[in-house]
Amino acid sequence: MKRIRRWGPGLLLVSPSIVLIAVFVYGLIGWNIKVSLSNWRQAQPSSGYAGLRAYRDLFHDPAWTLDLRHILIFTVVFIVGTLFVGWSLAFLLDKGVKGEGFFRAVYLFPMAVSFIASGIVWRWLMNPAPGDRETGLNAVFDHAGLHFLANQWYLGQNWGMAAMAMPAIWALSGYIMALFLAGFRGVPEELREAARMDGASEYRVYRHVVFPHLRPVTLSALIILGHISIKVFDLIVAVGGKQLITQVPAVYMWIQIYDAQDYAKGAAIATLLLIGISVLIIPYLVFTVRSERNA
Amino acid sequence: MSKVLLGSRTRLAFVAALALVLVVPAAASARTKAPAGSAASCELSVFSWWTGGGEAAGLTKLIGIWNKSNPTCQFKNETVAGGAGSNAKAVLAQRLSANKPPDSFQGHAGKELQDYIKAGQVEPIDFIYKQYGLSKIMPKQLISQITYKGHLYSVPVNIHRANVLWFNPAVLKKAGITSVPTTWAQFIAALDKAKAAGVIPLALGEQWTQKHLFETVLISTLGQSGWDKLWTKGGNWNSAGVKTAVDRFNTLLTKYTNSDAGSLTWQDAGKLVADGKAAFNVMGDWQDGYFSGTTAGGNLALKPGKDYGWAAVPGSVGVYDWLSDSFTLPKGAPHRAAAIKWLGFLGSEKAQDTFNPVKGSIPARQDAKTSLYGPYLKWALTQWKTDKLAGSLTHGVVANNAWNASIDTALGLFIQNHDAAAFQKALVAAHGKNAS
Repeated sequence: MKRIRRWGPGLLLVSPSIVLIAVFVYGLIGWNIKVSLSNWRQAQPSSGYAGLRAYRDLFHDPAWTLDLRHILIFTVVFIVGTLFVGWSLAFLLDKGVKGEGFFRAVYLFPMAVSFIASGIVWRWLMNPAPGDRETGLNAVFDHAGLHFLANQWYLGQNWGMAAMAMPAIWALSGYIMALFLAGFRGVPEELREAARMDGASEYRVYRHVVFPHLRPVTLSALIILGHISIKVFDLIVAVGGKQLITQVPAVYMWIQIYDAQDYAKGAAIATLLLIGISVLIIPYLVFTVRSERNA
Repeated sequence: MSKVLLGSRTRLAFVAALALVLVVPAAASARTKAPAGSAASCELSVFSWWTGGGEAAGLTKLIGIWNKSNPTCQFKNETVAGGAGSNAKAVLAQRLSANKPPDSFQGHAGKELQDYIKAGQVEPIDFIYKQYGLSKIMPKQLISQITYKGHLYSVPVNIHRANVLWFNPAVLKKAGITSVPTTWAQFIAALDKAKAAGVIPLALGEQWTQKHLFETVLISTLGQSGWDKLWTKGGNWNSAGVKTAVDRFNTLLTKYTNSDAGSLTWQDAGKLVADGKAAFNVMGDWQDGYFSGTTAGGNLALKPGKDYGWAAVPGSVGVYDWLSDSFTLPKGAPHRAAAIKWLGFLGSEKAQDTFNPVKGSIPARQDAKTSLYGPYLKWALTQWKTDKLAGSLTHGVVANNAWNASIDTALGLFIQNHDAAAFQKALVAAHGKNAS
């Protein structure tokens, strides 16, 4: 009785959220997996069991192979680009600049704009129209005498998805900058001074004192960007529309469910997306729990 | 100290429990109370994605007539905007599977309704056709093309045409194209002349408009009867005819169209013709509304016949590649009698001649008052009476959603790799998987 009085009220307090999460997150994940294994391939629900049919279908589907290629290119360019730009901005701000608050706000602002809105602007910037109809970045290149830089952007046959990552880099590097800036500031000044006292050059101070402290921040940034990238949907639809040339798994999921009404295949894509994200998140969670326990 | 803490904890728990006790019954009672108020009057709920432009204006006019003649059963306009109807269809699917259908909902006439029919979500309405004499006044081919297993399931309100070639007369003149092409050979010759004159021969937009173009090329190549057969169980997609059509389509894509097609909407592509930057464009006849409508409505306010001209897509003269918005009778419609009356009303000459001049389409009925319509629609009305009818693929008449989605994928790949053999193979596979 005494024990219950100790943890009972707390449990009661969190139980609504436990119940809600159990039903609306884990319950629905379970239901989604069940649908992906079912025979529900048309408008009317069907609970017939079809095993891994939907998954096998997917891996024989040329559109799915293309989707995977697209999301891979997008993810690599997006993560590397955002980390690089975000880190560089943070590094410059950390070195000291007048009006730091102003710059910090300016770099952070793009994150406040939704992917749909920035996507529509970038769709115009990355306009691939040739010749006298040229606009956006291509026109800028042309006026600057850099005609060789003008290109097809997101309609490029092989590397279109790399161009598609640009709006995402633009939107999120400010956020990554904030993370890294906090990381830089988290390095105690005494450590840097101690290193300088020992005669380390500025380069070596960063290389051996500051950067090692940034590892946890980099890992968090990687996880955050990774899961945004795998789930990306709104940006793609705003820039490229529903076209195979820019299609990614989340868009294909939408098409399978609402256009083709193959609910099993749509659910299979959703499940694979979840697995893809779990591969990123779970090791991170394990790592955090472990490091917290050690601390 | 610990006693105080315990006290505050128990109090918190009590508050949480109290909140639960208070909130749950409130929600429950809200649910039971709601329908009591609205049960007294009859409301006809009609579900559509007509939220903007001429279609919304036309619907408003229809609602006006309906409400005047049905004072006891007022119109409840349930619309979902966005995605050319795909958002609305998603919402509708949820309502139907939850057994909460509207009294009537919009759908493209033809196979796109098949999924609802197979799921038993809509009723056959042959009796409405009989009661209101619709079978006699609508074209026989139309009736047979929207009949599924011997029954009719929807009333078509309007007819659009997909195989229309739009052109800029001034550009044609400058390029030395003296007559509008009617055969494929003439079309290619005209495209060559336009290319030599330094304009885009054939303006093209994003993926679905490329499918729209492919559809009209298939119809030009195979003719109406060949096209019709493709969508039956015995249809042969492996034929030489389909191969020719694929090759023709590929020629258009690689030699005569703009390189930035994927970044243009259908309006963008049409505007290239209007601006004199392109000679031709293939699009449905909603283009006429875009060209001739007021600038206040976001249209171009051009003079039909002078600033732009139209003809059937070369090779498909005498074939009307049609699509239609239609309305259904869902099973379990809350106000069935009113819904039946609504469908009969939609089929009437008054309703169709009210809606269509505003929407920019023609009535499915053959007794329309021609004087109400603009120059393009007058032309379309004459053709509708004499042409052979071919249902549209891109707009849901001849193939169901799954088949359409398979063709989308095949076409999306073809646009990128131009592998004609692989494309045709994928089309054969899509037929095998979906034909019924």
